[in-house]
Amino acid sequence: MSETSVSAVQHHAPPTSFIRKHVFSLDHKVIGKQYYALALVAVFIGMVLSWLMRIHLVWPNVPIPGLSLLSKSGAPGGVMTPEYYLSLLTMHGTLMVFFVLTNAPFAAFGNYFLPIQIGAEDMAFPRFNMMSFWITFVAFCILIAAFFVPDGPPISGWTAYATLSAVGSDSGPGEGLGQTLWALSIFVFCIASLLGALNFIATTLDLRTKGMTLSRMPICTWAWFITSCIALLAFAVLMPACLLLILDRVAGTSFFIPAGLVISDHLQPHSGGSPLLWQHLFWFFGHPEVYIAILPAMGIVSHILINSMRRPLLSHKVIIYCMMGIGFLSYMVWGHHMFVSGMNPFSSLVFSFPTLMITIPATIMTLIWLGSIYGSKLRITAASLFALGFLSMFVSGGVSGFFLAQPSIDIYLHATYFVVGHFHMVMGVAAIFGVFAGTYFWFPKMTGHMMNDSLGRLHFWLTFIGTYCIFMPFHYLGLAGNVRRYSAFVDDFLVPLIPVHRFITFAALFTGAAQLIFLYNLIQSRFRGAPAPANPWECTSLEWTMPSPPPFDNFGGKHPVVYHDPYQYGVKSSTGDYLMQDSPEEAGA
Amino acid sequence: MDGRISPAVFLPENPVSSGKMRGRMGRLFAIVVTVIALASAVPIITHHWFWSDISFAPPEDISTHGHAIDDQLSDTMVEAGLSFLAAQILLGLFVWKSAERKSTDAIKTFPGGARIMVIAALVLVGTEILALGVLGQKAWANVYFKPAAPDALQIQTQAGQFAFYFRYPGADGKFGTPHPDKIDEGNSNFFGLDPANDVESRDDIVTGELAIPVDREVHLMMHSKDVGHSFYVRELRIQQDFVPGLDLSVHFTATKVGKYEIVCTQLCGLGHYNMKAYLNVLSQADFDAWMKQKASEQ
Repeated sequence: MSETSVSAVQHHAPPTSFIRKHVFSLDHKVIGKQYYALALVAVFIGMVLSWLMRIHLVWPNVPIPGLSLLSKSGAPGGVMTPEYYLSLLTMHGTLMVFFVLTNAPFAAFGNYFLPIQIGAEDMAFPRFNMMSFWITFVAFCILIAAFFVPDGPPISGWTAYATLSAVGSDSGPGEGLGQTLWALSIFVFCIASLLGALNFIATTLDLRTKGMTLSRMPICTWAWFITSCIALLAFAVLMPACLLLILDRVAGTSFFIPAGLVISDHLQPHSGGSPLLWQHLFWFFGHPEVYIAILPAMGIVSHILINSMRRPLLSHKVIIYCMMGIGFLSYMVWGHHMFVSGMNPFSSLVFSFPTLMITIPATIMTLIWLGSIYGSKLRITAASLFALGFLSMFVSGGVSGFFLAQPSIDIYLHATYFVVGHFHMVMGVAAIFGVFAGTYFWFPKMTGHMMNDSLGRLHFWLTFIGTYCIFMPFHYLGLAGNVRRYSAFVDDFLVPLIPVHRFITFAALFTGAAQLIFLYNLIQSRFRGAPAPANPWECTSLEWTMPSPPPFDNFGGKHPVVYHDPYQYGVKSSTGDYLMQDSPEEAGA
Repeated sequence: MDGRISPAVFLPENPVSSGKMRGRMGRLFAIVVTVIALASAVPIITHHWFWSDISFAPPEDISTHGHAIDDQLSDTMVEAGLSFLAAQILLGLFVWKSAERKSTDAIKTFPGGARIMVIAALVLVGTEILALGVLGQKAWANVYFKPAAPDALQIQTQAGQFAFYFRYPGADGKFGTPHPDKIDEGNSNFFGLDPANDVESRDDIVTGELAIPVDREVHLMMHSKDVGHSFYVRELRIQQDFVPGLDLSVHFTATKVGKYEIVCTQLCGLGHYNMKAYLNVLSQADFDAWMKQKASEQ
């Protein structure tokens, strides 16, 4: 591996046909935008599903107009059945975790900006790159197809615990073809993610331009690189796990099904499998997946904060070591999802310790972000507001992790809304805030148009307050023992809590509606936004050295030479208070 | 107007990057974050949904092991709560201050820089982890590392879509052998017993509610008939999954007479939300009477 090797691969010529340009494009920038568009479609569907669930929870008998068109049997007369609620819950989780939180911060922005930020013309394997996107698209179609099979989508949640997910339609509606499609979709998704991760790693290691040493890579490039290393190991375990699940379902094997089960009065023809095996394989992927969602957001947010503060972070290296530490520890903690699963109780203590340890790098990062804001000259834009919002959400979602990391407390809080509040804040909202920040920041580069920043700020305030109104009360409900994944609250101790759920539903509808402002801004700015200059934010990294949008071959056939660390802010130079990475000028004190 | 900012940042629709608007936005952020942080803490401190009478307090603990879990929960709440408030308020304060600084001002570095941050995180979080880790180990060990006493009351429970059933060994003190192929819910043979051939199963008592005597240890052996389920009694501070093919058990002592809800917390299918049973903690005399009556009904 040479530190300065340039463009060791054969690059493709500029495309001429429409299909080559916009559909089956080899250009990492087009592929990045395709991932973004797919994530946008997925997040919209996922959000509507969450609305439907929230409405059903608090007005169980009120018909939802049009719902019966989506599924006659699932919502006769527009009123959702308990099993259809679980179907929507499963699809919401799957869409959000795989097609939004993995695709948007990592695949979309990573594809677009990783090659540019290291001075490369494209990814190391452009054809693989195109394949990753289109395979992901196929996975998406397979998943959506589950809506339209006679039995409806699966009801086993995004975690698809065996044996509910493994024995077929005996265990409930949606557990027939719908569940098989689910497993197939995730299997296919894993293939795409593995190709993508390999591509990111090869690109980062091999295609850095002259002078772009590893330590000169921007923090977000580091984050995408570390994330792809995590993804390579995580998806490599989930993929065979899904294959085994499919075999249990269609080929009569018994990887996850023990003997002697009687389901729907049928003695199941299986023996010798273990449902805990699925949980171990799933969470071995599932916990690192949390960091696949959050690390790119950390990188994006650091990049934007540094630019807005006009100063580098207190330490570039410590942040990168912390991200590596989090990535490393993420493989030793999966058992904290299984404290009450019946695994050896001694393992719970073993898994608890590294889980608590993750707090250390996370706290160091938070303190460095906070300490770097102190004494800086913070510029406030929609992008920097979302980056600051990320910090707030990361802290809120992080501290609740401290409860769940302790097996004794988990006895009481496991499977309650406390857990739902925790992971929505730290993995869902925080990562999405990273995506919003990235969108407001990089949109000018990606499209050549500025976004409307006033609308962006309005979008921030509504979303920031709205998400707190949704997810903070989840923690209180969890402390009262409110069980999750219930389609209705019929237990004596749950009925009095329904008014709080009603408040949350209102907040969810309101916050969801606020996203229309974002959508409007996105579309309006794409066509009508003011033309974007090459470097509107006075940023130092390589993507801002080229016109907006960048030409097909990024650097116009030249190889940029890098002279500086990525964040030369707060210096004296001919351009102002910053120095571009490719500027040969020496910074004044 | 502040110093060197490129024209694009000064676009008419984007006036907040500098000047008064920037300071105002910084203040607004500080106020919003602080209000959110303080408002979030109110229901935690008062245990109530603001001014309503909806309570979020965990119900009174009726177990012998639960107080350790409760102590652990409140210790963690104090530490996590203080970290939460401190971080949010500092974030607001620093944003307020730094958004007010002119671009001609020099950058100030936090005293001590990154080194102090790393040391602070290691010391603060490290101590917290060691303290909570050690204490938490005790609370967890109370539940899981001590075996049930040999004279604990033996009860079996079987979870299936979507009900719990409980089985007492009867006068002979022995459970009959369950046969999955003989399970017949229509004839109320939930466990698949074979009284015709199996003498030990003849006096087994099968019920839909879990009645136990107060102040006596219960050893509950758990079996799933079909898919994963979970046994959750908030008042007992007990939650344990049922795993198909794996026979697990929990043991506990209830200290207060009363009726409590047992609910399923592991997604088990369409009736999951409605899968429940009652835990009936009785005085020893009432329990004996209940047992006698159930035995006569079998």
